[in-house]
Amino acid sequence: MSRTINSSPHRHDGSSVANIMREVCLLLIPGILVYAWLISPGVIIQCLLAVLFAVITEAVMLSLRGLPVKMFLSDYSAVLTALLFALTLSPFTPWWINLCGIVFAISLVKHAFGGLGNNLFNPAMAGFVFVLILFPAGMNHWPALSAHGGEHAGLGTCLKIIFTGVDLIRLDAVTAATPLDFTQTRISGMYMISEFSDMPVFGSLAGAGWEWVALAFLISGGWLAFRKIIYWQVPVALISTMFIISLVFYWFDPDVYASPLFHIFTVSTLLGAFFIATEPVSSATTPLGRLIFAAGIGLLTWVIRTWGAYPDGMAFAVLIMNCSVPLLDHYTRPRVLGETLAD
Amino acid sequence: MRELHTLTGGLHLDTHKEMSRNIDSMQAPLPARVILPLKQHIGTACAAAVGIGDRVLKGQIIATAAGDVSVPVHASTSGTVTDIGDYHIPHPFGIRETCIVIEPDGLDEVYATEAIQDYESLGPRELQDVIRNCGIAGLGGAGFPAHVKLREGVENAVDTLIINGVECEPYITCDDRLIREKAVYVISGARMIRHAVQAKHCVIAIEDDMPEAYDALAEQLTASDDIELVRVPTCYPAGGEKQLIQVLTGKEVPSGGFSIHIGIIVHNVATAAAVYRAVTRGEPMISRYVTVTGEVKTPRNLQVLLGTPVRDCLMLCGYEDDENTRIIVGGPMMGTHVRDYNIPVTKTTNCIIVTRNPPRMTQQPCIRCGRCAQACPVELLPQQLYQFAKADRFDEAREHHLFDCIECGCCSYVCPSHIPLVQYYRYTKFEIALEERRQQDAARHELRYRLHQQRNAAQRRSKTAKRRQEPDATTAGTADMADMRAVVRAAVERTLKKKRGPDT
Repeated sequence: MSRTINSSPHRHDGSSVANIMREVCLLLIPGILVYAWLISPGVIIQCLLAVLFAVITEAVMLSLRGLPVKMFLSDYSAVLTALLFALTLSPFTPWWINLCGIVFAISLVKHAFGGLGNNLFNPAMAGFVFVLILFPAGMNHWPALSAHGGEHAGLGTCLKIIFTGVDLIRLDAVTAATPLDFTQTRISGMYMISEFSDMPVFGSLAGAGWEWVALAFLISGGWLAFRKIIYWQVPVALISTMFIISLVFYWFDPDVYASPLFHIFTVSTLLGAFFIATEPVSSATTPLGRLIFAAGIGLLTWVIRTWGAYPDGMAFAVLIMNCSVPLLDHYTRPRVLGETLAD
Repeated sequence: MRELHTLTGGLHLDTHKEMSRNIDSMQAPLPARVILPLKQHIGTACAAAVGIGDRVLKGQIIATAAGDVSVPVHASTSGTVTDIGDYHIPHPFGIRETCIVIEPDGLDEVYATEAIQDYESLGPRELQDVIRNCGIAGLGGAGFPAHVKLREGVENAVDTLIINGVECEPYITCDDRLIREKAVYVISGARMIRHAVQAKHCVIAIEDDMPEAYDALAEQLTASDDIELVRVPTCYPAGGEKQLIQVLTGKEVPSGGFSIHIGIIVHNVATAAAVYRAVTRGEPMISRYVTVTGEVKTPRNLQVLLGTPVRDCLMLCGYEDDENTRIIVGGPMMGTHVRDYNIPVTKTTNCIIVTRNPPRMTQQPCIRCGRCAQACPVELLPQQLYQFAKADRFDEAREHHLFDCIECGCCSYVCPSHIPLVQYYRYTKFEIALEERRQQDAARHELRYRLHQQRNAAQRRSKTAKRRQEPDATTAGTADMADMRAVVRAAVERTLKKKRGPDT
């Protein structure tokens, strides 16, 4: 007879943080592969680098804090942060920018606030915004796609750009604007969308090539929702909010405001809706709070894309909504069984 | 057909009931020693009415009820009282309580009792007394004295009497077996309780995975009966009082209130059977059905005399002591892991499970995933309550309805971080109760001291008054004191109200 006393319940469903994180990580892989195939193999290098940096930083932080390194490393949370962070970077980003972002995300955003479960901000998004603001020049080179006439950078070129850096003239040959970037520049250049919507940079839904990456994340995300690892309400709230707001403005003036489909089938929207807004630690924890959190991200992302200085706004939107979490949790507490009847 | 409502939250668990539900129950033999705790119910402990060395008879009251929310304890067999002292009882904190130990003489000599032939001739008050004197406490697990619920039922209008046969915890089949073997008792007991509280409707609820029990009950019901037999979908914790009311009626028991506040009384099927035996045969509550299951050779139900050590029940079912197993008294979700298998079977012991030690799970930080909140049948936010409990933020815990937690364990069951949430809530409830008692004590001490000062002052005044020959000084002092008492009482109430928070 065992002598250690345990509190009820004496059964468990067998789930664990590590299993959840690992499954999310695995489900990012199809999207990463499509990305590598259609856009640039550089994304794989960014992912591997970020994971390496993240695991090292995490191990150092854990041992500095006197926590069991092996146990916490095997929860895969650092790996997930690293993958999400790497996916926000351009495949041509220099390695040291990747390093800076990860070190900031893991050591300050995560561990300085108490580690897993205690971070106020989404570490991957905070890390991305950190390097985006500090090193804008190093992050603005996005790969050109052979599909629309550019020179496609292979694995060798990517490695060279990431590790040795190339002079900007040679870099220009293999880079092009992302569809979001392209749209923003043209609109601010007083073009009408109808004038450039048939350019090769656009595909049938959104950006050429990019739309397939977005679809891959949509399918993986759908699986996550089906497996109940994420709440399906969160991506639905985010996407539908973005759909409604962009539809209203698109209907109002289709020459200045991009179509709802374009907004939704952009990689950052679907990756954000299924993999980032669903990150539990830094999002609201009540059912209604989660919906408002996701809707807020959808709305703010569209606002920043449309009227902001940056072509994409997902990361900023997530950070802003992270700030509102304590407030959301406070005001959206669900009614307890039998509650109002007592009064 | 009654329209059923869905339970909020809850879990679909593997029931493991097949192990024990299809074998006839067995009468357990007389144990070598009977240990009867003075407190086997919720409420005040009884006072021992016998001394060491006394000879007692089967069914004789050996400890009398103390106060209103209390029921007496009867000797389960005849024999000699060998000890009155502290023994381990099934309790989550592993505490000891005062118990009366009887060494059976093997004669099983019965104490003369009187039976009532016609219960309908009894007034509700008399029926309550019979039930109370027979020591009947809720047999579903909580052990709330049955007569208290009946009295509330008599004093208030009762719309529905629910007889609860929803054994929602996995492994437990004692109510299933009881219904199948003693359906008459259950139905007759239900009629008696119904008569006592004059309930408009009477519902017997069982789970939909108990078809034989349903048939057994249906057979006993006549066409003229308006007792409704309802099958409830199997879901944990549908058998919890508030949850069952929600499923059957769609009504919610007010937070912090009792079911009687919405005109509903719930009694367990085993309680109904015990009421029948008490009324028609004068038999006190001295034995019960206990499921012995899990890692034993022959899992089955036993009819056990109260006070029989858990060990005896286990041995009857072929238990072998093993470092890799543990013993749980009660169900796997809410039961108590016991270290000492010499603890006795009490009125609330429904099940004894021998289970393999689970793999060691290290507690990890909460990632606020909210699975606990989805599983919670009360719609609490367990993840928030956990943060408050961890930081001893009692006021916020109370504000987030900690006291509505029924400790069903659904939250801990689904927690991917393996946090023993229920344990945190138990601790916090305990601490809050302790804190409240401290405050009450402090308020009492303060009052006593003030009155003491007041009396001193009055004495001094009366001395001076005597000297000055003022005749009405003493009476003036008493009037002052009465005033002072009222002032102090008001102050104490104000403080308590403030501490209790704005909600209550």
